Parts: sequence; C-alpha cells; structure tokens
Amino acid sequence: MKLSFSPENEAFRAEIRQWLDENLCGEFEPLRYRGGPGDEHVFIDERKAWEQRMAAGGWVGIGWPSQHGGRACSIAEQVIFHEEYARAGGPGRMGHIGEGLAAPTLIAYGSAQQQQRYLPAILEGREFWCQGYSEPGAGSDLANVRSKAVCDNGVWKITGQKVWTSLAHEADWCFVIARTDPGSVGNKGLGFFLVAMDQPGVDVRPIVQITGTAEFNEVFFENAVAADIVGEPGEGWKIAMALLGFERGVSTLGQQMLFQNELDAIVTIARKNGAAKNPLLRQRLAQAHLGLRTMRYNAMRMLSGGEDGSLQREALVYKLHWATWHRDLGELAMDVLGPDAELLGENGDYDLSRLQSLFLFSRSDTIYGGTNQIQRNIIAERGLGMPRELRPR
Amino acid sequence: MIRDTARAFLADASDSAAVRAAMAGQGDAWARVTGEMGWQALTIPESCEGLGLGWVELAIVHEAAGETLLVSPLFATLGTGVSLLRACAGEQQQADWLPGIAAGEATLGVGMQGPGKDWGLRGCGVRYRPGDAGYELRGELASVVDGAIADTLLVVALDETESPESARVFRVAADAQGVTRRQTPGLDQTRDLAHLQLSEVQVAEDDLLDGSRAGWPAIQAGLDLGVIALAAELLGTAQRSLDLAVTYTLEREQFGRPVAGFQALKHKAADMMLRCECARSAVYYAACTADAFLEGQASAAQLAEAASIAKASAGDAAFENAGEALQMHGGVGFTWEYDIHLYFKRARAGRAQWGSSDWHRERIAEFILDGDEAMS
Repeated sequence: MKLSFSPENEAFRAEIRQWLDENLCGEFEPLRYRGGPGDEHVFIDERKAWEQRMAAGGWVGIGWPSQHGGRACSIAEQVIFHEEYARAGGPGRMGHIGEGLAAPTLIAYGSAQQQQRYLPAILEGREFWCQGYSEPGAGSDLANVRSKAVCDNGVWKITGQKVWTSLAHEADWCFVIARTDPGSVGNKGLGFFLVAMDQPGVDVRPIVQITGTAEFNEVFFENAVAADIVGEPGEGWKIAMALLGFERGVSTLGQQMLFQNELDAIVTIARKNGAAKNPLLRQRLAQAHLGLRTMRYNAMRMLSGGEDGSLQREALVYKLHWATWHRDLGELAMDVLGPDAELLGENGDYDLSRLQSLFLFSRSDTIYGGTNQIQRNIIAERGLGMPRELRPR
Repeated sequence: MIRDTARAFLADASDSAAVRAAMAGQGDAWARVTGEMGWQALTIPESCEGLGLGWVELAIVHEAAGETLLVSPLFATLGTGVSLLRACAGEQQQADWLPGIAAGEATLGVGMQGPGKDWGLRGCGVRYRPGDAGYELRGELASVVDGAIADTLLVVALDETESPESARVFRVAADAQGVTRRQTPGLDQTRDLAHLQLSEVQVAEDDLLDGSRAGWPAIQAGLDLGVIALAAELLGTAQRSLDLAVTYTLEREQFGRPVAGFQALKHKAADMMLRCECARSAVYYAACTADAFLEGQASAAQLAEAASIAKASAGDAAFENAGEALQMHGGVGFTWEYDIHLYFKRARAGRAQWGSSDWHRERIAEFILDGDEAMS
C-alpha cells in the first residue's frame, strides 16, 4: 500500500500550488471556499470567469488524452490536482459536469464531429453542461425513464421532464436520456442526446431545498430539439452508465480536504466552547477523525491499484462510507455548537451558517448519486455475490 | 504470497476441529507454527537469526490467525513480546535474547495491567525498587495473554513515584522465585489469560530493557506495535465473520429461496463489508507506519495515532460483524456446535484488550482536542 507520492508527483503538486497562489487572488479572492455542494447558487458569473482562467492556465481537462487537448495526467496526478485545489480553497467548478462527465463520454463514444464541436468549448471554459438523467418516476430506478425522443425528419425532439438537474439555469447544454423506442421498457430502447438549453422547448424551474436555496432544478422539455445523439438509438443506457463510471474516484482526496476543513472548524469550536471536555463528544470527535483518516487510507489503497488484490472492495464501499460519515459530521457539528446550533441571524432571512448548512445539506449525501440503500444492494450483490433483488420485469 | 501461504497452512492447522481440540487443551498448533512456518522469527532481525520482515508481514500473518482463531502463543510471543523487545531492548540484549525466540525455544508474555485496571500506564499493577541483584518487583498482573504458559515475561512497572518517567520494562523468567501464576478461564476459550503474582521478585540489572530507561513514551511505542498486531487479528476475525454469514445465508433456504436474497440480510452484509474495508485500511496503514517508525521515519505520536485508529476500527468491526453474523445464522447461530459463537467471543474479548475501542478513541481525542498544538 502506497503511503506517499513519487518525486515527479510532488513536483506536479508544487506546480499546481504555485499556479493557484498566483491566480486565485485579486478578483477571484472572494471565491475561495465558495460554490461547493450546498453553496452552488453563489458567484455564478465569477466562477464562469474562473473556469476560463483555469482554461487559460491549462488546468481544464487535465485527465483528457492529449489529442483532445488534455494533459493526459495519470490518476495519481489528477488526485493530487484535486487535493491541492481544495487545499487552496478553489471554488466549486462550474465546468465539472462538462469536463468530468460529458467530455470523457464524448471522447469514448462520440463521433469525430461531435468531439470537434463540443470538446474545445469545454476545454476553453466557454460552454457549461448539466445532466438530464433522473425523472420524477425514475430515481433509484433510472431505467424507468419516460422522456420520449421522436425522430421528426431526421431531427430528434425530446419531450419529458427531468429533475434534480444542478446548474440547469447556468448550463448551455444538457445530456439527456430519453426513450427512442416507444414500446420499450426498462433500460432497452433508450438514446443519449445532447440538447441546447437555450431554446423555446426547454423550461427550467428551480427546486427549493430544505436549506432554502435552490441548487437543483426541474427541466421540462416540450419538443426540444436535440442537436446530437451520441451513439445509436438503443445504446442510451450503455452510454449513460459509462458516463457514471468516468468519475473514477479522482476527486476523492479533494473531497477529503473539504471534509478536513469542516472537521477542523468543528474542533476549533469544541475547544473554544468547552464541548471538547464532554466525554461523549470527545468520543464522537475522535470517531470523526478516525473515519476521515480511514477515508484517506481507502483512497490511497484505490490509488495503489490493487497491490493487495482487493481494489474492487474499497471502491464499492466508498460512497456509502463518505456519505454516512458526512451526515454524522453534520449531526456532530450541531451537537458541538450546543444551544447556538438552532439560532439564525436576526435579519429575517433564512441565512444558514456554514455548519448549519453542512448539517442540512449532508442529509442529501446519503440520497444523491445512489442512495445508501441502493449502495448496500450493490455492495451485497457485486461485492458479496448475494442474490439480486426480485423484479417484476 | 505470504498471505496465501499463511491461509493454506492455517486452513489445515487451525481448522474448526483443531481450534476446538485446542480449547480442550489438546492443541498442537504452536509446534506446527514454529516447525513448519517459523513465524516466531518473522520480525526478528536477520542479525538475530530472524526472518527480518516488517509489520506489514506481521499484520498479514496475524490477520490470517484471526480468521481461523489460531490458538497459540503467536500473538503473545511475536505480536506483543518481540515487538516490545525490538522497541525497548538494547542492542546487546536483543542479540542475547532474540535468537532463542527465533529458534522457537522460548515464548513470551507481556504484562502491565493490574486486576480490574484499564489499559494504559495508570492501570500498571507492578512496582519496582532497588534490589540485591538490581531490582525487586512486586505486584499483580491480570489478563496477561498466555501469561501462564510463557517462558519469559516482559513486565511494565513503575517506581514508588508512579510517574511516567519512572516506567520501565523488566525481563522476568516465568519460573523465577516469587512469581506465582495461574490461568484464568474466560468466555473466549481460544485465548489463554493469566493472573500473576509477583512477590519480591529479584531482577538483574541486565534484565532491565535498556531502551525503557527513557520511560513511558518509548514503552508506549513498543506496546503500540503490539496493539497493531491485535488489530490485525481482529480484522481477520471481522472478515471471517462476514464470510461465514454470507456462506450460511446463501445455503439456507426459507420461503422458497436462499435467505441471502432478503434485503435486510443483504444490507447487514454490506455494512459488515464496509467495516472490514475500513478496518483493513486502518490496520495496514498502521503497519506501514510501524515500519516507518522502526526506521526512524515516523514519530511515536504518529505510531500511537495509527495504532489507536487501527485498534478502534478493527475491534468494533470484529465485534459488530461477529454479532451480526450470529444473528444472520438464525437459531443455529446460538448453538455451541456452530463456530460463530467462537468468533463472537474472541471479538468481544479482543475489542476490550490492549485498550478498548473507547480507550483508543479517547487517546485520539487527546491528540486532536487537547494541548496547544492539537494534531489535525
């Protein structure tokens, strides 16, 4: 199991740190530590400008193959990038869906024409993407998608409703799973479409969350024109699932840096307000520290690439682990704050402190990206060979 | 490779029948371990006739031992005793003492806690003062793993000031004058515990471990090396508990299908796997840290943090997994005949020994919450 990175990796780390020191300042200084999960509604235009600064510095698409304009960075280098980015307080990336999900999918499955049309705009921070997967009737059961795609004189038109679409208001493009074969059910007969958001047939409505903010949206498509279909009709499920696989754990250490910042903030409060002397809170704080350290060790094992032959297992449990840990951290934060945890500012707004926001927003961590219950099914089935759920179809 | 060899050996030498025979006093596992595998020499340096391997290998062997509930002085001798000698014995002392252990000629036991006392220096049950040959030891030790059968005891003791600076480790022959010992049976019959009485036991100057003259910090590091070995065993116990539960539920049919298909059991198993993987990461990170510590690349504080994370994780994983596995076995999980109760009892004891999970969490809390420079 690897405990540390190579000298080349460390040189790469130094390069990133220097660039961030020199660029994440001035007009971008207010963006530090902002725009992440639970905070995605802030500084939209500024973060788009930041994306362009990153692009100019050659820091967008670092994991892409060089023939598509990327740096072909290894997984280890990408992990280091995310860790340093988070350490410097780099703002939530407006371009992350395009860069990390749409682009690898187009690189793997798109036509040359599609790659030429869409990749440069992502690489240059000019165009932004959102994800049109879930529907009101298709959450955990994503294959139950009902949005339709009808081919009308060679033009595909999409009609239906997507939900939980983050950044929809700010995006230029949406990749949409829709049913191309009207008689089909489940994951057969689906297509993977690229739809421009700025057209009459696309209507975006924000969903207000329990935090009082609106990160997520509903998107209504009414004969919206799809500019492209990736792959063939019927291949939509395959491509949609491949896209989900492209995340590949590169943001793990970056995420852990954010988590460490949160835990440090809670520890600071505990030391100041006496909670650090409470035996029960001491146990829970220690357990939070232990859990975060373990998260890092799990990630290092994943990076070591199966030296102990169990690469699969720590990857399978990764989301269940961090989501549950983070939800517990939110509860711990409130208990450490004590009576002050409940109180808001007195200016009449539902203005949450950082830790109050953490507490509420972390309730979604165990739901999005595969609920804890779905994660457990997957772990039991794929990790332990236990029988799959009975299905009516 | 070492893992495969260890598992293959233990699948034979420590199968269910062998463990139950050992519980009844008819075990021969140690003879086979020393004769066929030489594990007693695993972490003894080559200069002292050992295999010269490190803590990752030690963890692998202990994990395999924990999977099969190996009944033998392996943990006491290699996991705790050799560890403490490597950390606290002087160079000459190691050269004098380690070869005999490597050859399988002597087993070890490590004692610190007095009866009813918690882990840590505050629970130390033995005191020393100047004696005719060097020192005189008196006091009581409880729950010493393999204390009744060990040839040589390593005893942590304090002087009358009871200060951490006064802590020392002494090497005491089990048959020395003044040492009275008896085995104390426990719920877990796969691990021998002993009570020892030390009455004016005379110890030579040469039998004070040189490196322990620095007091408690050096000794704690030596003990933490042993904590990691126990954590590795508990990881194996946690994993085997999961394996037994999955195997059983895939075979057991009710309502026309294997009960493994019922979601409640799938979800229990998934949580058990999560605990195993987290414990695995913690144990092997601690093992790597132990190797770094012995090479001077990691501090005693880093070793302590890693050991506490490993022990708390693995102890909880073993106990919770064994308990869930018992539940998943249904009625037969509650029988003497099925093995799961053996894992359950080993896990319960192991979680409490060498610092409970709560004890280790409190030590972590001290690192991150107390003092001017809290660790983060």
